[in-house]
Amino acid sequence: MDFLRPATWAEALTARAERPDAVPIAGGTDVMVELNFDRRRPGALLDLNRIPALRQWTPDSGGTIRLGASVPYTRIIDELRTDLPGLAMASRTVGSPQIRNRGGVGGNLGAASPAGDTHPVLVATDAVIEVESAERGVRTIPATEFYLGVKRNALAPDELIKAVLLAPAKGPQQFSKIGTRNAMVIAVCSFAVALDVAARKVGAGIGSAAPTPRRPFEAELFAADALPWDSRADLDPRIATRFGELVAAAAAPIDDVRGTAAYRRHALSVMGRRTLTWAWREHQSSEELT
Amino acid sequence: MRVTFTVNGRRAEADDVWEGESLLYVLRERVGLPGSKNACEQGECGSCTVYLDDVPVCSCLVAAGQVQDREVRTVEGLADGDELDPVQACFIKAGAVQCGFCTPGLLVQAHALIEHNPAPTDPEIREALAGNLCRCTGYEKILDAVREAAAIKAGVA
Repeated sequence: MDFLRPATWAEALTARAERPDAVPIAGGTDVMVELNFDRRRPGALLDLNRIPALRQWTPDSGGTIRLGASVPYTRIIDELRTDLPGLAMASRTVGSPQIRNRGGVGGNLGAASPAGDTHPVLVATDAVIEVESAERGVRTIPATEFYLGVKRNALAPDELIKAVLLAPAKGPQQFSKIGTRNAMVIAVCSFAVALDVAARKVGAGIGSAAPTPRRPFEAELFAADALPWDSRADLDPRIATRFGELVAAAAAPIDDVRGTAAYRRHALSVMGRRTLTWAWREHQSSEELT
Repeated sequence: MRVTFTVNGRRAEADDVWEGESLLYVLRERVGLPGSKNACEQGECGSCTVYLDDVPVCSCLVAAGQVQDREVRTVEGLADGDELDPVQACFIKAGAVQCGFCTPGLLVQAHALIEHNPAPTDPEIREALAGNLCRCTGYEKILDAVREAAAIKAGVA
């Protein structure tokens, strides 16, 4: 095995192109488990820790946040909770403090596990993934098109994940995750919702209940139409319940060691109902302040 | 490959390191620092927690080559000579140690918590230690130890 240690992004792209047998490693929280347990013996490790740009986030001129692929979850929680509340909430549920100190969204995307904690937020908020190759340059992929199947994504063999482009929250965002305890759990299932108050739109994302993260489009359209945007009135519980039902209907869960398909569907309907209710309450209280 | 890094303030050089090896293995088997414990090898238990450039991480999930030219501080580096760090002294005093296997990781993680948050609340302590598993103590005495260590470091005990 070789250990490739590029000092710049350009060197990393060259190495990626020259060594299709290399596995990129940043936080290591997925890759090292596979190495430690003899599940994987790549020809090389491509260490991305030495590339400062991957560990930075910057707002661009239009306000969009460009989140470097290796910005650790701890920093997303500490530094971006106001701009990206949904992503910060999901980041808070990743592993343990030690894991959050190392892992970042790039690894979540690269692994493309159906249970990755940030996926529901990325699809719910129309995040865009920026990838690059030495030969073809930069390409952007909407999060909704990035996941192709269980642990499969849209990256070409010579591409690396560079950044995730995220719009600052346009309204309340919520995230919910089911697990057996409050730390160190792989999601049984998870759910994210994001309100765009000005556009009167609702984005949502289902995690760990289909081969890929999913958007429950029918649920989104239903909520966008049914929410009392004009009156700021309390949310009719029947709307929240119906939203939950439509979320559950959009999932395609399986029975596995973490839970049954039936449990996941039920849990999603509850998470859909609750997160929409929380988000709407937050919207009401923010309106009262203005 | 050769890996050169700083550990507990001293330069360390490890030779013949396998490219897929973990920092934990290098510490325990190549540079003579067996304090960090090898238990789960998948980041679940926290017993291998060390500082990497002042941030606590699971050393079993850091590739050896990633620490080249960087700074590591292990449980062996918490005490000042024979003078135990308050976190260590309080673990002894509170009886927060039984079999001791989880202790090195808990000490580093608790040390990091108090460095960043001198007056942690109980929920903050529980959250900070959520990735450190102890199967003996039931955690109550560990919480006692961390509370007291925080108080000592803040100068109120």
